[in-house]
Amino acid sequence: MQQILSRISYETGTAQTICEMAGRGGKEPFSTSVTEFLNCWSRCILRDSESRNYPDVVTFAFWIRKAGIAEMRNRFMNRSSHVRGRGVAFHIAPSNVAVNFAYSLAAGLVTGNANIVRIPSKEFPQVAVLNRTLQEALAEHTSWRKEICLVRYGHDREINDVLSGIADTRIIWGGDATISEIRTSPLKARAFDICFADRYSLAVIDVFAYLHCEDGKQMAQDFYNDTYLTDQNACTSPRIVVWYVNGASEQEQKEASDLFWGHLWELVKHKYVIQPVQAVNKLTTAYLVAAEHREWKPVCVADHADNRLMRMAVSKLDKQLMDYRENSGFFYEYCCHDLRELVPVCGSRCQTIGYLGDPIMFDSLLAEEYAGVDRIVPIGKTMDFDLLWDGYNLYEMLTRKIEVSGKANTPLHFLP
Amino acid sequence: MEYSELLDYKPYELTREQKKELLTKRLTGLTGFHMLNCGPYKNMMDSIGMTAERLERVTSYEELPFLPVRLFKELELVSVPKENVFKTMTSSGTTGQRVSKIFLDRETASYQQKTMVKIVSDFLGSTRMPMLILDCPSVVKNRLMFSARGAGILGFSIFGADRTYALTDDMTLDISGVKNFLERHNGQRVLLFGFTFMVWQHFYKELLRLEREKGERLDFSNAVLIHGGGWKKLINEAVSPEEFHERLQDVCGLRNVHDYYGMVEQTGCIYMECECGHLHASIYSDVVIRNPNDFTLCAIGEKGILETVSAIPESYPGHLLLTEDEGVLLGEDDCPCGRKGKYFRILGRLENAEIRGCSDTYAADFK
Repeated sequence: MQQILSRISYETGTAQTICEMAGRGGKEPFSTSVTEFLNCWSRCILRDSESRNYPDVVTFAFWIRKAGIAEMRNRFMNRSSHVRGRGVAFHIAPSNVAVNFAYSLAAGLVTGNANIVRIPSKEFPQVAVLNRTLQEALAEHTSWRKEICLVRYGHDREINDVLSGIADTRIIWGGDATISEIRTSPLKARAFDICFADRYSLAVIDVFAYLHCEDGKQMAQDFYNDTYLTDQNACTSPRIVVWYVNGASEQEQKEASDLFWGHLWELVKHKYVIQPVQAVNKLTTAYLVAAEHREWKPVCVADHADNRLMRMAVSKLDKQLMDYRENSGFFYEYCCHDLRELVPVCGSRCQTIGYLGDPIMFDSLLAEEYAGVDRIVPIGKTMDFDLLWDGYNLYEMLTRKIEVSGKANTPLHFLP
Repeated sequence: MEYSELLDYKPYELTREQKKELLTKRLTGLTGFHMLNCGPYKNMMDSIGMTAERLERVTSYEELPFLPVRLFKELELVSVPKENVFKTMTSSGTTGQRVSKIFLDRETASYQQKTMVKIVSDFLGSTRMPMLILDCPSVVKNRLMFSARGAGILGFSIFGADRTYALTDDMTLDISGVKNFLERHNGQRVLLFGFTFMVWQHFYKELLRLEREKGERLDFSNAVLIHGGGWKKLINEAVSPEEFHERLQDVCGLRNVHDYYGMVEQTGCIYMECECGHLHASIYSDVVIRNPNDFTLCAIGEKGILETVSAIPESYPGHLLLTEDEGVLLGEDDCPCGRKGKYFRILGRLENAEIRGCSDTYAADFK
């Protein structure tokens, strides 16, 4: 085992740290100590000279501030029960999102677990900032050193085996293929996986809500952040824009749509750089849909005649539509009178619905039966990480509850 | 307009305006034809609002919609009744990849061959030369290995007599066989044909070794080499086209070297490299360099995505294709070699996208 662990490159911790984690019990969630430690990390990030260049890093720093942790504690913890972390959490972070590993680590820490985190091998500048500031925080709070191991390694089945063998919970961020790859490494009998599989998301915009919203430009900016910031390739990135007509006239629909896409186009034109091969891929997908599904009446909307913003209107939301997903600014568009029309695209692969309007509009949809949709959040918030994520309650999954029963005043002689 | 009208012209004799008029007529006609005869193509054109009426208003083939070439891997696109298809060509494609399927009827296949003859003859003359194929015989014989390499060899074989393979099936240079070939045709012009990487790896390098180790030198000063298949593998060895030419000349006196660019989806319309080192579009086809942002035309010298245009395809809608190659236009009608038409350079495949988000890069690295 030592020999295998020596093949790992350690950003934080050592092979020794990993060995000592094995078999250890978990801590109390949301302890004062973890709150202070994370708050310290947050301060280190915010005062780092480089961090302000990376909004995603700054957002993370705010998420782990004292106030943020306290709020989570209030939401998730029931003070009357005894709860402990499950033990060791082994996180496999996605290699193409910079800050995800930090959220995963923080979730493991606040729930009282020791954490081994496989971080992206790609040299993201954000990862460097996060690692540097973590070292600073650990220098102040040395007792937390034994709780954190940040590692990098290539595709090494033996390393996966060893780390999985230690884990009480294994958290696999990634696509389906990564999940099946990692799952070939066995876990302990009582351990389990939390898997974040390939998923897609939608957006619903109430026509009137858009026409009357205070700042249509800001709303387009929020939508831009939800999509283009991750090449529209995050699980949370909307792939379909559904216009909820809600009694609006055709004229009003057109007005809302023209405004929204116009604002978005202004942002895309100035900010987004498309990789040439994506221009080819997007056209290919658009034509494939057209060739194979005439019955959906697919029409390319060429308002801006630009590959960076491609829209394809469809007259039907079919359950196969999301087999034709594309990214880097490729949107299906659909006008809907009743949100129950969304059911076919709300299968188990559907994660988030970002919306603009009154969430009451989802009541009719929520009464239906479907396998997906774990989050319905305002546009602009689709990427906001929370311990309720992807349909999982991470707090509950990363902790164990100790049941203590029996009456306090039971006379001793009645006990067996 | 019939394709045969174009065949009445020599491949590089028309000026920009003449060529544009003819190609626009032919290609607009083909777009209309495929809309009527290929259902999936019609659906695609409907999705972008391309109708027969709009087609009538097209003033240049550069305005016509093009299909990404990958669609031929995903869909079976054919514009003639299935019983007229007499040959289905497939692209190379390594194991596991999907291959393009191109459906040919007799007419389209015959146009392809006639076109190829016209183009290549402009460089080689019309008499058949003794041909030394810089590859191994099994690449054509073995159906499992049959690939772009095999197809290229068969395609060019019509220009050669006494076709001889220079490599044995274990990819070693058959030196005595090559010497015999040179003796048999002593003093005659001979044709060499092979894939760029094969030429470098198994011909050039072997000749170099022969010279260094045994002091022997074979003389190919009377030969003309046609090679194709791309530079990707040679870029890894840091060999530029210029160096490729120089080194071949140094090692065996070979001066007359022509690269070509072509693809199975538009067989026949190949792009030959002239004496000045430029790839040329003939009047039967054209290249259009497009801006990745909006597919507008790139100016001379500006790199972009390469669209290839062929006036041939009738049995399948492959007359206007968006490749996954990057190219740059060098000029039009004014190449010092005297040939009219556009001349250009291929810069290689478009780079694979590095996409952010939560996709499967961990597993992708495994492959």
